[in-house]
Amino acid sequence: MATLTREDLDTRLDGAARAWFHEALAEAARAAAHAPRHPAGPRTVPAWETRFASAGRHCGREHADSVRTHLLHEARADAATLTRLYRQGTAAERRAVLLALHHLAPDPADGLPLVEDALRTNDTRLVAAAVGPYAARHLPPHPWRHAVLKCLFTGVPVDAADGIERRAQGDTELARMLTDYAAERTAAGRPVPADLHRVLALTSPTEES
Amino acid sequence: MRIFDPHIHMTSRTTDDYQAMYDAGVRAVVEPSFWLGQPRTSPASFFDYFDSLLGWEPFRAAQYGIAHHCTIALNPKEANDPRCRPVLDALPRYLEKDNVVAVGEIGYDSMTPEEDTALAAQLQLAADHGLPALVHTPHRDKLAGLHRTVHAVHASALAPERVLLDHLNETTVRAAADSGCWLGFSIYPDTKMDEDRMVAILEDHGTERVLVNSAADWGRSDPLKTRKTADAMLAAGFTHDDVDRVLWRNPVAFYGQSGRLRLDVPPPEALHEGNSILRGGE
Ligand SMILES: [Zn+2]
Repeated sequence: MATLTREDLDTRLDGAARAWFHEALAEAARAAAHAPRHPAGPRTVPAWETRFASAGRHCGREHADSVRTHLLHEARADAATLTRLYRQGTAAERRAVLLALHHLAPDPADGLPLVEDALRTNDTRLVAAAVGPYAARHLPPHPWRHAVLKCLFTGVPVDAADGIERRAQGDTELARMLTDYAAERTAAGRPVPADLHRVLALTSPTEES
Repeated sequence: MRIFDPHIHMTSRTTDDYQAMYDAGVRAVVEPSFWLGQPRTSPASFFDYFDSLLGWEPFRAAQYGIAHHCTIALNPKEANDPRCRPVLDALPRYLEKDNVVAVGEIGYDSMTPEEDTALAAQLQLAADHGLPALVHTPHRDKLAGLHRTVHAVHASALAPERVLLDHLNETTVRAAADSGCWLGFSIYPDTKMDEDRMVAILEDHGTERVLVNSAADWGRSDPLKTRKTADAMLAAGFTHDDVDRVLWRNPVAFYGQSGRLRLDVPPPEALHEGNSILRGGE
């Protein structure tokens, strides 16, 4: 789910979409330069936030994550803006906020509630975006282990869980949870996900990082 | 056979329904926001509902190879409750969302002054946001309700060709057709309209600007009524092209006026051990 650079987007978007993207970036840059950043009422939505919502139909669904992430960077979205856009967003918009957390680095007191909200869903698009580098850095051990288990449950490849090699190493509690899960699957006569064995191997304290 | 159900409340349906719809040929649906059976008491419960129409429900549909779009509005029944009316103020931000292809369902329920106000305001919102409108015609006092609806549409900034009048029947089809709006028919078990009466209307009126939907929800309804109507059309001598026009090309043309329809959902992957497979561009 690598985000495309602006240069990559410029080569992949057609003329109209590219022009739309550049106008949107300019609006986001203006918002970053001029306070107030937060709308006074429900009817006064900043122009770049409207672009953030409509990026899919203007730039194509396959580029929407990247376009939205660049808009968040350009607007230098702070914790309050990220929280509002997440709460008011569609699943696709929420995904973009999650993908931008690592770069924009809001205080974990503000950013982690968004990650935890996404991890409570069963929407694999959100779960995959939630277990990125921001979660790897800030998510405490207990919810992080549950996030790994959730990936196995919902079919999100564990490779989506950023930094899993480092965080899993020597984690005996994660090893226990994985072993119990494997036993539950085996008892039910169901196959154990291949990813489970991979993560279990990573929990070995002798694993090279 | 490819089928587009232009009006169905999937929130109230099971995954078995999604599977049966896919097997019957349904590849796209539009889910209008409407009443949930239990009256709501605050705008916040509308917002959670709208969010699910823009998040969880399209995700569910995609698992079964079905493209899901929605329409957003304050429905006429709850427009009468002052506790719900602030929903109108939050609609502009929802109407910019990528998956919203119309304002709806709007229209009349009991034909009150509050419904007049909400209908006019939301027709204007549709015009402001470049969206068509899905207009529900009332179940009680239907013909009078249809005339009042057409009057409101003609008084609005929205052109009739951007309006779909829904839940029509034999008594309202003529006036609705004369209005210049698109014509929607909801096919139910027992009540309102069935597939054989629908075929008779198509024989009389033709297929132009006609859409057929199941309007399936939490009440007695059948999400396969679109397919059953298609079969009844073929049995009555309509061609496969006629069926494709009514059950695919007409809804695509109507909702396509939003510029936001995306119908290229990949076919469903096999469910892996009861777990959903990752989707969405990773
Ligand atoms: Zn309905």
